[in-house]
Amino acid sequence: MSYSNEAAQAGVRQFISFKIGDEEYGVDIMAIREIKGWTETTELPDSPPYLRGVINLRGAIIPVFDLRARFSGVLTQATARHVTIVVTVGRRVLGLLVDAVADIITVAADSIQPVPDMDGTDRARFLSGLVTVEGRMVALLDLENMLRGDLHAAHDAAA
Amino acid sequence: MSDDLGYDLSQFKATYFEECAELLASAEETLSRLQDGSGTVEDLNAVFRCVHSIKGGAGAFSFDDLVHFAHVFETAMDALRSGRAEPSPQLAELLMRGNDVLGDFVRAAQEGVSLASDHGADILAQLAAITEGGPVAPLPAKAVAPQAAPAAPPPAVASVFKCYKIAFQPTLAMLRTGNDPLLMIRELAALGDLDVAVDRSRMPSLTEMDPQAAYLSWTFTLTTDKDRQAIADVFEFVDGDTATITIEEIQGAEEGDGWGLFAPLPTAAPAAGASQAGDVEGDGWGLFAPQSAPAAEQPAKPASVPATAAPTPAAAAGGQVHTTSIRVDLDKVDRLVNMVGELVITQAMLGQQAIGFSVESHPELIQGLQELSHHTRELQESVMAIRAQPVKALFSKAPRLVRDLSSKLGKQARLVMSGENTEVDKTVIEQLSDPLTHLIRNALDHGLETPEERMAVGKPTEGTIHLAAEHRSGRIIIEISDDGRGIDRKRVLEKAIDKGLVERGQQLTDEQVDMLIFAPGFSTASEVSDVSGRGVGMDVVRKNIQDVGGRVVVQSTPGAGSRFILSLPLTLAVMDGMLVAIGGQRYVLPLTNIVESLRPAAHQARFLVDVGDVLTLRGEYIRLIPLHRLFGIGNAITDPTRGLVVVVETEGGDRVGLLVDELLGQQQVVIKSLDANFRPVEGISAATILGDGRVALILDVGALRVMGERLTVHDRNAAAAE
Repeated sequence: MSYSNEAAQAGVRQFISFKIGDEEYGVDIMAIREIKGWTETTELPDSPPYLRGVINLRGAIIPVFDLRARFSGVLTQATARHVTIVVTVGRRVLGLLVDAVADIITVAADSIQPVPDMDGTDRARFLSGLVTVEGRMVALLDLENMLRGDLHAAHDAAA
Repeated sequence: MSDDLGYDLSQFKATYFEECAELLASAEETLSRLQDGSGTVEDLNAVFRCVHSIKGGAGAFSFDDLVHFAHVFETAMDALRSGRAEPSPQLAELLMRGNDVLGDFVRAAQEGVSLASDHGADILAQLAAITEGGPVAPLPAKAVAPQAAPAAPPPAVASVFKCYKIAFQPTLAMLRTGNDPLLMIRELAALGDLDVAVDRSRMPSLTEMDPQAAYLSWTFTLTTDKDRQAIADVFEFVDGDTATITIEEIQGAEEGDGWGLFAPLPTAAPAAGASQAGDVEGDGWGLFAPQSAPAAEQPAKPASVPATAAPTPAAAAGGQVHTTSIRVDLDKVDRLVNMVGELVITQAMLGQQAIGFSVESHPELIQGLQELSHHTRELQESVMAIRAQPVKALFSKAPRLVRDLSSKLGKQARLVMSGENTEVDKTVIEQLSDPLTHLIRNALDHGLETPEERMAVGKPTEGTIHLAAEHRSGRIIIEISDDGRGIDRKRVLEKAIDKGLVERGQQLTDEQVDMLIFAPGFSTASEVSDVSGRGVGMDVVRKNIQDVGGRVVVQSTPGAGSRFILSLPLTLAVMDGMLVAIGGQRYVLPLTNIVESLRPAAHQARFLVDVGDVLTLRGEYIRLIPLHRLFGIGNAITDPTRGLVVVVETEGGDRVGLLVDELLGQQQVVIKSLDANFRPVEGISAATILGDGRVALILDVGALRVMGERLTVHDRNAAAAE
């Protein structure tokens, strides 16, 4: 904690990066609660395929999103070797299904590149920036934006 | 140092204001009883105690304005209960207003603002007038009686010093209650000149003596300038079960030896907590029967201390059963509730693990698990009971509201309440307060007609509003009904079309039209009044209720009235459920909704073109809801005659059949919110965690019925389109 605070003061940001296929994505380390192995979910009725369902995280019910399915429409064939990254978005806690955790990356805040303006592609809305680490490109996720539609589906519409 | 002090004080203040809110509410409830004439002297005492407590705390925090007002209020209440003024509707109204002003002062103190210096001055003046025996209650004939009575018989005792004879006989068990006679004797001695005579007659021989028993009794003769109350205070903590105490004033030098002196005299007023509490109350507070001020009691009253009726602890303790309660932070209770929830899950898990063991091979294990299950359930019920509160807290505001509004609107209304003692979770109660207020307003403003209109249609001029609560199928049902004009469907529909909520020419059922009043921005009131009719009401009502997992339904008969039915979950924590399988998925059905389950024979199930699949059961037709279709579950059993139909009843009393693959068994489930980390899902009320750690969804039967209907309509439209 204190290390991250120091890092923030020094204009440095930290991310945890993970793999989906060959692509590498990063999530702000402060948003991450824990990383756990994949467990079977309970499906929710009438939900998009990338919403894999809900799991029990020590007594709390949290939804799990399959990021591969979210990005490419192809469901992850989840096994025990797959990983669920538990993150906090706003006041909610939820899981992201990915292939594997890759690295902890520390970058200077000003080295984060903006996402090239590519209006119309679905993926642009999910990203907040790009960084290059040892020659690899890591796409940083904007979780709030990505999940907005799923978490705030109008209550009134359901009523 | 001073910082620490400031911090502590703010904590105490928070507690104080919490208490104030409760005290004000309790005073209001009691006052409304006085107002409709069903109050008793004890009610006056109760209000007095509330005001007194508020004043006490305010003094400690130096809220001077509050103290000042509370003091006048308190003095007035004191005058009332000691019979110096007469209760009347006007008076009750004044006290009610006084309570409001007191509330204003409390709020001002809480927010740290000061009110206008003349705030509540008129009330203050009238309250002060009561203390003077003034004109607020103009019933002179009666008012004179209690005032005259004390003047008559008491023999004047010139000297300030009086002589009391005190008999103190502990029961054998008194020492075990932590009372030490020596301390009391010392305290008595401190009051004045004390003579002690000990009575050892009960003392057994040494061999038979129990060292923990109190065998001795005493007779004291005390000469003091203090009053009787000061003496009673010494014995404050000794109640009627642990000792017999009599305090008797004796005249002058009559330093009696006579035990026999007290017994026959009717003047022997029982002291602290003696069994005849009624007598204590009767002591000159005969407010509602003022003439009966018993002359016999008068000699006991020292004339030099004229009716100081301070809130005697003795009287308070005697007249009211002290519920021994503690104040606990709600967070702590919630932690407890959560832990019990986890325990229920762990217990279910252990139970599942033990399925493989037979009673023969592991008798203790099986028995232990059964006991664990039993105890867990009891623990859980006890914990939930902590959070449960009677809806009375909610209903108690209604009489006032109806009274105020009906006079404002020029309508005559009678409020009938039932089921006030129905208990429900505290959170649910809190969430219900606003919707209920709004619905009552609505019933008065829009529902009930004016007396003239009612007369014209042959109804009694006085309208009735019925407020009822009851438990039904694991939920609490609260109904607000009136016998007014009912919903004017034509006007509602026109308005809805005006507002663009409904397309012109669209066909709606009566129920659908009625439900339009819950649409956002809908209001039919021709002119906006300060009572209701800004069009922000009904949709907020519905939202508040949905937020705690409830539903609101309206039923209306033109000319005969409307009925709003709120259905809410009883607790937000645990329930009995039936685990069912549909395809590979497991769902929980609330046990309270289930009527029966069966596998229909081929002739019992058929498809009807307007309705979809229907089950014939003992001459009744029950609509079947294909859950696998609603939820999009693959590889589930689709043929009712091969699966199972669970007949369920919604809170509205409708029966529908849910088609499932099989029943997996009954178990207690802990209700876990889906929307805490996700969002509400239609047809699902919540989720739970099963013994194997997996999540199962809890079905919302009422919503499923509606979804089933929609599915049928959809199917029919699809068929028509082909």
